[in-house]
Amino acid sequence: MTPAEIRQVIIDILSKIAPDEDLSNLDDEKPFRDQMELDSMDFLDIVMELRKQYRIQIPEEDYHHLVTMQSTVDYLTPRLKDA
Amino acid sequence: MADGNPNNDRIVITGVGLTSPNGNSLSEFRQNLLAGRSGVVPYETRYMGPVLAGVCDFDTLRHQKRRDLRRGTRVGSVSVYCANEAVLDSGVDWEKTEKDRVGVYLGITEHGNVETENEVYEISKFEYDTSVWTHHHNPRTVANNAAGEVTISLGITGPHLTIGAACAAGNAGFIQAAQMLRLREVDLAIAGGVSESIHTFGIFASFQSQGALARHDDPAKASRPFDQDRNGIVVAEGGGICTLERLDDALARGAKIYGEIVGYAMNSDAKDFVLPDPKRQEQCIRLALKRAGLEPNQIDIVSSHATATEQGDIEECKALRAVFGECTNTRINNTKSFIGHAMGAAGALELLGNIPSFEDDTVHATINLDNIDPDCALDQLVVNHPVHKPNVEYILNNSFGMLGINSVLIVRKFTG
Repeated sequence: MTPAEIRQVIIDILSKIAPDEDLSNLDDEKPFRDQMELDSMDFLDIVMELRKQYRIQIPEEDYHHLVTMQSTVDYLTPRLKDA
Repeated sequence: MADGNPNNDRIVITGVGLTSPNGNSLSEFRQNLLAGRSGVVPYETRYMGPVLAGVCDFDTLRHQKRRDLRRGTRVGSVSVYCANEAVLDSGVDWEKTEKDRVGVYLGITEHGNVETENEVYEISKFEYDTSVWTHHHNPRTVANNAAGEVTISLGITGPHLTIGAACAAGNAGFIQAAQMLRLREVDLAIAGGVSESIHTFGIFASFQSQGALARHDDPAKASRPFDQDRNGIVVAEGGGICTLERLDDALARGAKIYGEIVGYAMNSDAKDFVLPDPKRQEQCIRLALKRAGLEPNQIDIVSSHATATEQGDIEECKALRAVFGECTNTRINNTKSFIGHAMGAAGALELLGNIPSFEDDTVHATINLDNIDPDCALDQLVVNHPVHKPNVEYILNNSFGMLGINSVLIVRKFTG
């Protein structure tokens, strides 16, 4: 997948996790949590959805990469390049 | 614990919120009970194919966001809806209410089956890889889930409990609340019974294996307590929740008072996992009457528990005959004939559907009684059509459950 495709995957997951949020103006450089209601259980839903959809296992020590959209896409790009 | 003021041991119902398969408010529910409208419909459940069920269609987004619905459980959603509606209906100034003096007491038949079945089904799509088992499983399946979701929704910081009491649970929620109000543990109780049971295939499959799952070509005719042609239970979901207060508090704020809880009792058969014991049921009814200081003939309406299983109906009728057999004033009806068996919500909904009798001088019927089982042919039964009955003063609500748990609640019309 390309970075753009990965971004769309994350947007789709966020839409499912936070269905009341408007994600159209999401700033890719700002932390998700500063822009939307997202607690630790929601965050785990992102990890879970990636695991279910792409069988990717994200270890806990890597969770800090999933703070902003940009850092998430950067982290996932090499891991999902063949997906 | 008593403070010498008798009004402070008198517990009254001041707000009602409910969702039933045939109504999402007390007025709608009552209207459909009087009109003989069933809420039973064809229903698809996982693995089993088509069954019949009592399904609720309340507005889930009235008091919750879509995010809340995704996070929580169906019974949490039922509870949040009913609790919020009850608080609104009560007229309590919620902003000014001390939230640490509010308690939530919700009766429930079972919990966790729905959520566990859903997750097992989900991981079955991943070759039972448990690493995709949801982290939401535990907060969804803890036994206090339903009441806990209510506290989160309403910002209540007082105690909350779900009371596991099989199908006696609706009454048990009210009883627990009345006790906590009398003990001054809380000043306002949000209490009743709730159920999400139609969302677990297991409850249908288990009743089917027991030979106790109703079927009928016409869904509206499937739930037929006391009828010779009954063939089992229609499983339903729903919720019935009230605000309860001590009488002085209710009077002080000029609250509308639906009725007063004047007697209750709970006991156990200590005998069998599923078969009821009419002697213990009779004892439970008599104990509630004694505590209320009443004779059987003073009861105007008995809301029966009967679920449309042969043995259950007949055994309850033995208890009813023993207590009310000679009563000419008493009328007996059954709400499950309309909505099926709402499990944890049954006792609460069955009481609440009768409460308007205090005002409208009418007793709703037991429907689908086309061919009464001779063993259930009680003279007091209100058959198929409502009857006019002026001056209804006392309603007695039966609610019994598996493992031999019995509960009886008596509510009096409030006249001051």
